[in-house]
Amino acid sequence: MAFLQAAATRATSFTGKKGRLPYLLLAPGLFWLFAFFVLPILNLAATSTQTPVVGGDTGQFVQTFRLANYIDAFNASREQFARSFIYATLATLLALAISYPLAYAIAFRSGKFKNFLLVLVVAPFFVSFLLRTVAWKQILGESGFVVPTLRALHIIGPQTTLTASALAVVTGMTYNFLPFMTLPLYASLERIDPRTLEASNDLYANGVTTFRKVTLPLSMPGVVAGTLLTFIPAAGDYVNAAILGNPNTTMLGNVIDSRFFRIVDYPTAAALSFMLMAAILILVTVYIRKSGTDELV
Amino acid sequence: MNQAPIPTLPLGRRISRWFGRNIIRIYAVFGFTYLFIPVLYTFAFSFNNAGKSNLTWRGFTWSNWTNPCGAPEVCSALGNSIKIGLIATTVATIMGTLIAFAIGRHRFRGRTTTNLLIFLPMATPEVVLGASLLAMFLAFRINPGFWPTVIAHVMFSISFVVVTVKARIASLDPRLEQAAMDLYANEMETFKRVTLPLVMPGIAGAALLAFSLSFDDFIITNFNSGTLVTFPKFVYISAARGIPAQANVIGSSMFFLALFIVIAGQLVNRKKVR
Repeated sequence: MAFLQAAATRATSFTGKKGRLPYLLLAPGLFWLFAFFVLPILNLAATSTQTPVVGGDTGQFVQTFRLANYIDAFNASREQFARSFIYATLATLLALAISYPLAYAIAFRSGKFKNFLLVLVVAPFFVSFLLRTVAWKQILGESGFVVPTLRALHIIGPQTTLTASALAVVTGMTYNFLPFMTLPLYASLERIDPRTLEASNDLYANGVTTFRKVTLPLSMPGVVAGTLLTFIPAAGDYVNAAILGNPNTTMLGNVIDSRFFRIVDYPTAAALSFMLMAAILILVTVYIRKSGTDELV
Repeated sequence: MNQAPIPTLPLGRRISRWFGRNIIRIYAVFGFTYLFIPVLYTFAFSFNNAGKSNLTWRGFTWSNWTNPCGAPEVCSALGNSIKIGLIATTVATIMGTLIAFAIGRHRFRGRTTTNLLIFLPMATPEVVLGASLLAMFLAFRINPGFWPTVIAHVMFSISFVVVTVKARIASLDPRLEQAAMDLYANEMETFKRVTLPLVMPGIAGAALLAFSLSFDDFIITNFNSGTLVTFPKFVYISAARGIPAQANVIGSSMFFLALFIVIAGQLVNRKKVR
């Protein structure tokens, strides 16, 4: 939301001073980002082509520039790769389906309760991310209310469970990243001048046509920002899979985590991290190009 | 504008109008229910007479609320999270605000690179941020723990501070500063007495955002904290063998505290606007 506003108004207020001051202002923060973001990423690139020291202990690696690490890493976790992207896509689409009407209702149909409702949208996310995820485990579990209700309605059989499944993982992900979708959508819907909707109405467009030809195109920057802000953390997430899933629903994040901590195989973990990042950056770039919004950066 | 359906309108049009106007509200009610179910669960189970496992309801008790530190480690984990959050928020808010002023108020070479460097950490999955930082710490033989976690939290918070403060700076009316200059305030005075107070709500919002990101972070923390236990890490570790109800007490308290801060902030803002 913030980037969009910033981008939209960036051009208008520019006093444009020159000199050494801006560099002094930038220095501490950019140094920090360079030292603790850029350098680690470069170091990660180096790590990803290391191989174990022959006859060395666990965790000892030597730089051999072995690019085949990437192929090995990919082949070893193809399924998790696919799952990360499928689950993240599903969660993003579900979040969009849930958030759009919600953001629309708050932007156009809430009157003086607008700010209050906006707070309500964000409020659930002040309860710790981990606690929320565990709460879903309880809700979807045997002692929750969902399973007995669905069984009573004969929607699921008496043996079917909902926890420890792909369904639970996607549900958790959808829920956990929802504000990242709702807030940008709200920001772009809220900026639509209601008179454009009236004009469309005056030109004999019905509600559906107005939505399709006016509201939706005008809210596209929000849709783009929201899908990106939801998809990126969802694709890299492993908490939902760890708490709500089973061994057959592990995602790439779980593999990176276990390669790092349990197997102590840093090169593979690094190669996987790099591939995840590259895949996400490529997808994001293509998506931004296709949707024709450069407002994000 | 009065949009009441005209009686002669065909039924289809009337239904679609009703659709446009009310289904969205019904949907919103469902949406909010969905949003609040886990919150209600967390809150309700903070009153559970749980004992070891807080998975099933075993009767009502106040004891978790009267004794929130009753479960081992829960309060030390909370303390660690608050300490890390406060330090990281302070550093990230200062650095991010300085960058936001540079971008919002100055022209300089390397703007595009700066913007990219701000954007990339937000577009990088947490697992990559966490893993890469840990790999570097290990390469330099720095043991993960409290300070590496603080460093990591500052790193991922800076970008969010920058975008939040930058948005506020961009929305300022430049005429206010011009007016101050016209009234013979020099650049420093204008900044201190006009610009900074106007940007302050943005900085406060950014600090709140940074704190909540830091407080709630699990993935990056898990990579860089070593044996140090933060609150999210405590929940994650105890998820396997049952989370004590005290964790729900802390989660619910954070919820009410944050809600209070946000609503109070809005009320203060509204007063100022008037």
